[in-house]
Amino acid sequence: MAVWLFILQRGSALVMAPLVLIHIGVMVVAVRNGLSSEEILGRTQGSVFWAAFYGLFVLAAAVHGGIGLRAALAESPLPRPAAGALGLVFALLALWLGGRAVAALVA
Amino acid sequence: MGKDMLSVEIWRGAAEGAFRRYEVPARQSQTVLDVVTWVQRELDPGLAYRFACRVGMCGSCAMMVNGRPRWTCRSHVDRVAEAGRLEIAPLRNLPVIKDLACDMSGFFDKWDRAEGRFHPTANRENDVAAIDPATPARAAANAGIECINCGICHAACDVVAWNADYLGPAALNRAWTLMMDTRDGAGRERLRAVSGDAGCHACHSHQSCMTYCPNALNPTAAIAGLKRMTVKAALKGEL
Repeated sequence: MAVWLFILQRGSALVMAPLVLIHIGVMVVAVRNGLSSEEILGRTQGSVFWAAFYGLFVLAAAVHGGIGLRAALAESPLPRPAAGALGLVFALLALWLGGRAVAALVA
Repeated sequence: MGKDMLSVEIWRGAAEGAFRRYEVPARQSQTVLDVVTWVQRELDPGLAYRFACRVGMCGSCAMMVNGRPRWTCRSHVDRVAEAGRLEIAPLRNLPVIKDLACDMSGFFDKWDRAEGRFHPTANRENDVAAIDPATPARAAANAGIECINCGICHAACDVVAWNADYLGPAALNRAWTLMMDTRDGAGRERLRAVSGDAGCHACHSHQSCMTYCPNALNPTAAIAGLKRMTVKAALKGEL
């Protein structure tokens, strides 16, 4: 399983890197152009592209953070199964909170 | 303390114990092993420690010197003492038997668990294998085969300190050199052996193993190679 967790964590990092750069780039352009939050929401609501963009980011962040937290906790005095369980709880929490944020942006 | 005397603190005991201070005459070209030997012969015959070759070939005299893992036979006092002070302790990350002597059996068990044995694909009936030293695989193997099992990298590794089951840099470096050996026939088994929760993927690439290896080997690079090989094997369904 360790090798698949390794692949998922490196893969999710690869996915997140360009998404973060695009997100920051878009934010800079939006702020420079003086777009209000209503104008931004007007562009994102109902957009399949932005739903997929931020949905993918939330998924990658949940996977990446959950596996990373598991690895860090596995080296703590906590019992090994607890590290896996806490990593999974963190991933599910990130998925739920991130999913709510994406829904608020595009729904 | 005059310039002609060293203040030396040496660990006495096992897991429970304490440092004991000795005053040792400073000599020219004196090694840390010379200091330990002088203490045992002149002051404290009960002091337990290991050494054999005294020239950096056997790997049995490794200890923590002022908090860093070193071959004591190749560490000159004037290079490692801090203000005439030496603190000498048993190797980190290994159970202490007595004083400066550690139990290395767990360290060698990890070589076994990492499938560090050579599995030949030929026998005496076959011709001697022709190995081109210029091939990338042989160059990678050659870069890692000078390990003499001293345990310095194992003592330097923080991941071993945090997870005692972690196979460690020496065993994984051995596994990598065998993966790069075209005469070996147990690649798949070995990749499985190093792919567990305490295998190559647990390495954080801190590179302490490389920093402290007295033979200037780079186990971090070997472990990175194993990570690449295991990923490729997993994606091909070969693990």
